[in-house]
Amino acid sequence: MQKVGFKGRFFPYVLIAPQILITLVFFYWPASQAVWQSFLIQDAFGTRVEFVWFENYETLFSDPLYFNALVVTVVFSTTVAALSLGFALLLAVMADRQIRGARAYKTFLIWPYAVAPAVAGVLWLFMFQPSLGIVAQQLKRMGVDWNYLLDGRQAMTLVILASAWKQISYNFLFFLAGLQSIPRSVIEAAAIDGAGPGRRFWTIVFPLLSPTAFFLLVVNIVYVFFDTFGIIDAVTLGGPAKATETLVYKVYSDGRLGGDLGGSAAQSVILMAIVITLTAVQFKYVERKVHY
Amino acid sequence: MAEVTLKDVRKDYAGNQVIHGVSCAIADGEFAVIVGPSGCGKSTLLRMVAGLEEISGGEITIGDRVVNDLEPKDRDVAMVFQNYALYPHMSVYDNMAYGLRIRGMTKAEIDVRVQKAAATLELGPFLDRQPRQLSGGQRQRVAMGRAIVREPKAFLFDEPLSNLDAKLRVQMRVEIKKLQRALDVTSIYVTHDQVEAMTMADRLIVMNKGVAEHIGTPIDVYAEPATLFVAGFIGSPAMNFLETRVGSDGALELDGARLTPKTRLDPGRAVTVGIRPEHLAPGGGLDIQVELVELLGADTLVYGRLSDGNSLVIRLPGTQVPKSGDRMPVHANAGAWHLFDTETGKRLGTA
Ligand SMILES: Nc1ncnc2c1ncn2[C@@H]1O[C@H](COP(=O)(O)OP(=O)(O)OP(=O)(O)O)[C@@H](O)[C@H]1O
Ligand SMILES: [Mg+2]
Repeated sequence: MQKVGFKGRFFPYVLIAPQILITLVFFYWPASQAVWQSFLIQDAFGTRVEFVWFENYETLFSDPLYFNALVVTVVFSTTVAALSLGFALLLAVMADRQIRGARAYKTFLIWPYAVAPAVAGVLWLFMFQPSLGIVAQQLKRMGVDWNYLLDGRQAMTLVILASAWKQISYNFLFFLAGLQSIPRSVIEAAAIDGAGPGRRFWTIVFPLLSPTAFFLLVVNIVYVFFDTFGIIDAVTLGGPAKATETLVYKVYSDGRLGGDLGGSAAQSVILMAIVITLTAVQFKYVERKVHY
Repeated sequence: MAEVTLKDVRKDYAGNQVIHGVSCAIADGEFAVIVGPSGCGKSTLLRMVAGLEEISGGEITIGDRVVNDLEPKDRDVAMVFQNYALYPHMSVYDNMAYGLRIRGMTKAEIDVRVQKAAATLELGPFLDRQPRQLSGGQRQRVAMGRAIVREPKAFLFDEPLSNLDAKLRVQMRVEIKKLQRALDVTSIYVTHDQVEAMTMADRLIVMNKGVAEHIGTPIDVYAEPATLFVAGFIGSPAMNFLETRVGSDGALELDGARLTPKTRLDPGRAVTVGIRPEHLAPGGGLDIQVELVELLGADTLVYGRLSDGNSLVIRLPGTQVPKSGDRMPVHANAGAWHLFDTETGKRLGTA
């Protein structure tokens, strides 16, 4: 490509300044605040602040509740990612085959994504509310002792379903775009080479889709880490007995509700590190694995 | 190896018919070329043979099996696509081995076949490369290799050379033909390039708007085109056409020439007379005004106009160079004039 030069040295910086400013104000500044906070301990009344180096982190790692949140997060995020990716892929494959009427189908499927997490949570809350919810009543009629307010496992299932449901449409669109970018003739060539539909999918389509799948995996995990906060807050408030308290929810409940700003900041810093690592891994992988 | 026959094959897309009943029998080991302008249904016909499009009517047999309801994988044919359709995530070796693995061959057998194909196609050094690390010509060879390792009953080609540059196209054309001769596998080759069609075909199927207008050897198609369309499509530069009517004495009156049809035609019938540029020579009855001269080295194309306004192209040996503005008399031998019914386009014989 031809390189186009700017006249002055100053002008390009002016052009990117808004971008840089936004990044500084909304990312670097709060991020550095969090890092700074995580080295401080504040007393209960907020009158005294002490610089304690890594004490917040030490407390965190020896806290069984933090470990619990970590396990909850891992279970939660892998299940949500697996469910939403799996279903989205299934739907996308079906849509790709039957591309007539696909527009209506796509619009229909994209709706959940347009719903705010907290609203999604409320929606599911209505359906599954133990005494009034439609689905809950059905479950009870079928003999299931449904009460997610008391049963941690049920609560977990509910937030997982709600979170996965919300993410499916996003994944679906990417998968569909990925599927449609695979040249038809490649799949036809495989058919002529003797591959049936199943084998065509696993040996041709899926490998060609793997960069998309990997990208989505990372995006989904990041989503589960952060964006499911609204759903959890609306449906279970992290309960019962912290059964649905993910790392992000714990940041909120410790900092905001528990008043432990230092510990909460330390948790945020750890979360940030995880996400940065994931993103870095993704970029490396995707760069290496892109075909064509 | 097998015979491929089409019996009144039809195709419609949601009520819109695009193939209107094509019948032909392609003998074992024969190289059939389907040629025609864009959109005439060549690919559709080929894809019905491959099993990639459903057959709306008629019957296709490969060998002694009716394949109408068979999946592509059960038809035992191999296809080379215009964009090659290589598996982008597999090495050249794996691209060729894919179909063999599916058939459950042993590693050793697969290796023998792939190595042999690679040697034939001079792909040896590239076996470990991914398709994207190859040139267009090399990709084309891999696509060929993928077809030949399978040792199928028939090869199907859908414009396999149209993405290559002119020189490579000529070279590959010769190679494909040689390879087909050596392997002696029934082949159907789709192209819109009439030179490719003429040089490669044992048998030509000239299609127009979903109808096979002429099926025959290239020489046959050139010498006795069945319709006006075929006459104009095959041959370069294209045949000249002059419209006229049969006179009361049964002869055809052109601007300064009188033609006697070999077969009797009813007086008053509208007839289109065709004459190939290479069959016109200086001297004689038709008087033209030279408008443009193209020197091609080996020969010269003269674009002229008759006094009645019709234009004519004449192909002369390279040494004869008239100037534009010159007047030049031309003639053609008896028997070189093709006659067609102006309304139906059907061949009426020669004059
Ligand atoms: N899936 C389809 N749905 C509807 N019409 C189609 C479909 N595929 C092809 N057609 C129509 O069928 C006709 C024949 O198409 P086909 O692709 O066979 O042409 P072709 O001779 O191979 O042309 P080209 O030389 O441009 O490849 C065209 O008029 C095309 O519009
Ligand atoms: Mg075509």
